[in-house]
Amino acid sequence: MKEPQGTSGLILNEPLLWEKGKMGRSGFSMPRRDVVPSPLDETLAGDGPDIPDLSEVDVVRHYTRLSQWNFGVDTGMYPLGSCTMKYNPKINEKQAALRGFAKGHPLLPIELSQGALELMYRLERYLAEITGMDAVTLQPAAGAHGELAGMLLIHAYHTARRSRRSKIIVPDTAHGTNPASAALCGFSSVAVPSNEAGVVSPETVAAVMDEETAGIMITNPNTLGLFEENIRKIAEIVHAKGGLVYGDGANMNAVMGIVQMGKIGFDVMHLNLHKTFSTPHGGGGPGSGPVCVREFLAPFLPVPRVIHREGMYELSEDFPESIGRLHAFHGNVGVMIKAFCYIMSMGSEGLKRASQFAVLNANYIKENLKGSLHLPYDRGCMHECVFSDKFQEGNKVTTLDMAKRLMDYGFHPPTVYFPLVVHGAMMIEPTETESKEDIDRFIEAIRTIAAEDPELLREAPGRPKLRRLDETAAARNPRLAG
Amino acid sequence: MRYLPHTEEDIASMLRSVGAENIDDLFSMIPTDCRMKTALDLPDALTEWELNTLLEGLAETMAVSPAYKVFMGAGSYDHYIPESVSYLLGRSEFSTAYTPYQPEISQGTLQGIYEYQTLTARLLGMEVANASMYDGASSLAEALLMAIRITKRRRIALSRLIHPHYRAVVRTYLGPEGYEIIELPSLEDGRTDISGLTGLDELAAAAIQSPNFFGCIEDLQAIGKAVHEAGALSVVSFTEPLAYGLFKNPGSQGADIVCGEGQSFGIPPSFGGPGLGMFACRMKHVRSMPGRLVGKTLDRDGRPGFVLTLATREQHIRREKANSNICTNSSLCALASAMYLASVGGTGIRELASLNYDKAEYLKRGLKGAGCAIPFDSPTFNEFVVEFPNGLNDTYSKLLEKNIVAGVPLARWYPELADHALLCVTETMGREDMDTLIREVRS
Repeated sequence: MKEPQGTSGLILNEPLLWEKGKMGRSGFSMPRRDVVPSPLDETLAGDGPDIPDLSEVDVVRHYTRLSQWNFGVDTGMYPLGSCTMKYNPKINEKQAALRGFAKGHPLLPIELSQGALELMYRLERYLAEITGMDAVTLQPAAGAHGELAGMLLIHAYHTARRSRRSKIIVPDTAHGTNPASAALCGFSSVAVPSNEAGVVSPETVAAVMDEETAGIMITNPNTLGLFEENIRKIAEIVHAKGGLVYGDGANMNAVMGIVQMGKIGFDVMHLNLHKTFSTPHGGGGPGSGPVCVREFLAPFLPVPRVIHREGMYELSEDFPESIGRLHAFHGNVGVMIKAFCYIMSMGSEGLKRASQFAVLNANYIKENLKGSLHLPYDRGCMHECVFSDKFQEGNKVTTLDMAKRLMDYGFHPPTVYFPLVVHGAMMIEPTETESKEDIDRFIEAIRTIAAEDPELLREAPGRPKLRRLDETAAARNPRLAG
Repeated sequence: MRYLPHTEEDIASMLRSVGAENIDDLFSMIPTDCRMKTALDLPDALTEWELNTLLEGLAETMAVSPAYKVFMGAGSYDHYIPESVSYLLGRSEFSTAYTPYQPEISQGTLQGIYEYQTLTARLLGMEVANASMYDGASSLAEALLMAIRITKRRRIALSRLIHPHYRAVVRTYLGPEGYEIIELPSLEDGRTDISGLTGLDELAAAAIQSPNFFGCIEDLQAIGKAVHEAGALSVVSFTEPLAYGLFKNPGSQGADIVCGEGQSFGIPPSFGGPGLGMFACRMKHVRSMPGRLVGKTLDRDGRPGFVLTLATREQHIRREKANSNICTNSSLCALASAMYLASVGGTGIRELASLNYDKAEYLKRGLKGAGCAIPFDSPTFNEFVVEFPNGLNDTYSKLLEKNIVAGVPLARWYPELADHALLCVTETMGREDMDTLIREVRS
């Protein structure tokens, strides 16, 4: 292999914040005191928090050094399966920071907040079009929050029909959030296996679907990167018994402009704006998890809803069947702005191209790596492909070893050990924003690693700031604050 | 498109490599009757420059300072944010990373969140804080679910003076399982009436907010004692954590779970989100806690470092038996708040909190002098309830014409408080701005 991208450079150690403070320093321009002090009830007064005093330079160096220990999409390829780590456009950051949006108070009278309301209204319409659904709520703050909203909607729908249902079908390839979200609504999950082709068979669903089952939660494309090709039939089976079909839209990046989920049997689905719609993940959030529904579920959506009446955008709570409120205000508007900008910049053609290239890139990786890594489902994939460590087992090399070694080559590792149905899974999602050259380098790195000395892999990574960390000790003896 | 690097040549060569004739072939496993026949009906793509014009136009319609003087709080506060914080937060090594599943190349996020957990725990007087929740409202809902898990009881009590939206979110979260919610009424002085707690059995938790929705400081110690006598957990919520720079923190007053909104610390209002759900508890309850936790450990060479830990509480391991379904949280906002606290410093937080308090007291005195009634006489922090002398609607619209937003009207949540508004003053409001409001109310 040519010289790998991963290299060692000078980074600096940095102590914890409170190890470098010094009483009397400040990194804040204290506003002018233009009023006199007022007496304070001494019985209520506290001592003030034990937080260090630092200068502005202290703080800037501290976080600059910390940032240099991190790997982000802007650093390099981040093929973390199911997370859609695509490039995050810089112009969108600027728009969200515009003073009118950033300083806008959420309870402003509607006539003083038309711009934000219009943006939300339009974003709802665009997401409805992309998913083929009729109505949208932007309130959920993340994907799992959207799943909870979806489960609450399904619960409310059945309750309104005086139908008591206690179960929900969840395929074995589902994200862990699916059963956890269902549990919050009191639904017990009925796991169904995927078939030998990696998708759910209609017969499997028919065997468990009954009138005590609220519906099915299904991720499409699923977490094996495969399109659930029986979805129409599955939806028919679920609908025939009075159930609803929930779509986990985590993998929507594969099918924008290609499939509208609302037209193929889904009744409700969530999107992750921080995946498909390019908003940055922020090291774990904030995200945004809008929920899109078909018309008959619209009355149950969370309030307030943005409506457009007589030329004005308004917030309405006048939906008596609503599941209620899910967020302190309107959801993560700062994230919505970035997603809105992304859609406006891409247009219909651009979004479709994004999905096409995401799928092309994943198939290209799949075809070029299947000699080096075991491919449990050897068929056309969507935006991601799942390998296993079966070929390496003989050398006692695991998926984790290969993932760690990838860091030395300058790549973020793929998602590992998920989905659970593949032993030693390695789930690769390149996204559409990686160039052919970068993908070729990634392929070459994995091929090289697959043939490397096992001992080297077990010792990896060697180039990052730290070597492998002892997670067992961390859990056994939790040290959660300094 | 500038975000899509493939050239026609790249596409052709990659298609050859995968054995496809054209891009549509790659989608052949999608049944024909599932595929769209037409293009998405979306507006034409904009250039970067057109996008600027569109967004500037939308943003311009928003009433914000300096053109408007907005005396609104009620869960979203306008505080100064040092430029260094916004600048550092923009470092894309932080913003474009995912949840730190691979600790060797995520030490920046991990140490940053460990520091956030520590500063939060210290501020709230608690033993452990998690890596964040979505916002103050969902934090409260999760805190109550946590108390239900710990006590295995199904009844909770909620102060009527908790932010009405937070209470609404609690009802949404707790509704499907049919948990019982009892409302604790308010007293004449603007604080919660806890007398109803006496003799309540099977109570999992009682939750109050301090400063409460009326801005009043609750007697946390008395409440904690009454809740514990009922054998329940004391949950303290907040919307304005800056108050703990001046007032006693909930941990020192016996709270078991403390949860609230951290937006005040370096996070712009952004029309209500993203915010920061702060969440802290006692160490003995840590395994019942929702959300991610960062812990300290060692690498193979014995060097200290950080990892996500106690994952066996979480959805990706425990699935339907998890403490919560939360996955993505508000990590970057947590980092922002730690940067903010580090910049302002312990000494600065106290001074800033005093300044907020003194400004609010100045406005309170001025409005009293202008003929307003201040219905609740409990101490407040940076917001308080006002009854306007000439009715709310007229005064409110008259002030709006002068580009002054005179707080948040309360009647929609508290029908007995028609003609009352909740006014907030932070360090961003100058004395002249307050004098203008006072003058306009008087005239």
